[in-house]
Amino acid sequence: MQTTLIDRAKSLLVDGTVIRVIGWKKGESDWDITPAVFTTPNELDAGFVYDDFCGTNLSKYLVPQSRKEGKILVFLKPCDTYSFNQLLKEHRILRENVYVIGIPCEGKIDPEAVQAQGIDGITSMTSDGITVTVQTLYGEKTIAKDSVLAERCRNCKSRKHVVYDELIGAEGEVLDSHRFDMVEKIEAMTPDERYAFWRGELSRCIRCNACRNVCPACTCEKCIFDNDNLGTANKAPSDSFEENMFHIIRAFHVAGRCTDCGECSRVCPQGIPLHLLNRKFIKDVNTLYGKYQAGDDLEARAPLNTFDKNDAEPSIKYTKNEGATNG
Amino acid sequence: MPVNDVSEFRPKIVAFCCNWCSYAGADLAGTNRLNYPADVKIIRVPCSCRVNPLFILRAFQRGADGVILCGCHPGDCHYTSGNYFTRRRMTLLFSMLDYLGIEKERTRVEWVSAAEGARFATVMNDFVGTVRGLGENRKLEDLRCKQH
Repeated sequence: MQTTLIDRAKSLLVDGTVIRVIGWKKGESDWDITPAVFTTPNELDAGFVYDDFCGTNLSKYLVPQSRKEGKILVFLKPCDTYSFNQLLKEHRILRENVYVIGIPCEGKIDPEAVQAQGIDGITSMTSDGITVTVQTLYGEKTIAKDSVLAERCRNCKSRKHVVYDELIGAEGEVLDSHRFDMVEKIEAMTPDERYAFWRGELSRCIRCNACRNVCPACTCEKCIFDNDNLGTANKAPSDSFEENMFHIIRAFHVAGRCTDCGECSRVCPQGIPLHLLNRKFIKDVNTLYGKYQAGDDLEARAPLNTFDKNDAEPSIKYTKNEGATNG
Repeated sequence: MPVNDVSEFRPKIVAFCCNWCSYAGADLAGTNRLNYPADVKIIRVPCSCRVNPLFILRAFQRGADGVILCGCHPGDCHYTSGNYFTRRRMTLLFSMLDYLGIEKERTRVEWVSAAEGARFATVMNDFVGTVRGLGENRKLEDLRCKQH
């Protein structure tokens, strides 16, 4: 797959369709893949990587990149195309400056899940799509790829590309995933259990802002979290309400626009399952205002930008005709 | 008149009231000499839609024990559709607070028109009673904001 992508990118560079390519390159280690911009065929040969560790969603990089001179080629996995569409809908990407190639994805590996299996001293990791071969200081180990898939890939919502100029590989289907199972499990807890669960998770937050920076839905040029007076700028892990407030507001700001790409949870250095907050909003929107998948449809209005006269009431106690006898 | 007993828990309630309906409703409750607890601190907003979810969280952070948002009845918004957006927004926010384990009774949205002074008083009496039953807000407060 990697050579196919490089060949296609090279031919588009050579014939002048695009002048830049955004893809992935190796970071400090095999599994630490970072996004990179390539401008010549030689650079592509030397650095371009596409394997089971390329989890990064490249859509958000197009916000600044598409505003630069000339056309850029981007490779998008199915879930990335939803983010791309959503950004397009919000006029954040200049479509005419982007050439989109849809590429297949068989699920990406979460390197932390490999480490969590008790494998220490990892020096390199390679995957052939079925098994992952891990070279360690103590010898070679093989594990099944399915056991170390990222959470978002185990609950993959769609293998269909919603936008592309050209497709490499076959078109997939929208999947019937179990991504709301964990949300339902939390909902079934008692309020005190839920509070304890979320305090346990959110109190680990170090306010590094990685979740905000990576989120394709968070593209405001001025962000409220950059305001020092907001009261959420605490850096040290603390048990205060600040973390709760930061995460509620962050999730609320992307409510109805979050495509559930799972980048927030992938980048979190503290391993907080942030996608569970976003999925709660998605689930609520689906049950209350009808099924809505952000980025699926360029014409549909976001659920919080529209309303229906018969919407559910926020407080159950409300009764209009009861008047003064209420309560 | 209730005696101001020091040992009795007096909740701090923040009420965001729409200028065009509930705020006038509160005024009417006053001119009609209807009783409602002094624990309710009213903040006037131009429309219930003006209330950012952050305002509600901020109120809790700074020590409020309950937050109530009052707006015009759906269909009666001074700006045609503001309260419809409020309704969606707050439904999602309250559901999220509940998801995080915060008592959902501490938050409420009520529709009170300018003519419903009596309703304003009963809503506030009921809400203050509920929050008083729940006790002090401990889950959402920011300890640094507490003044003891």
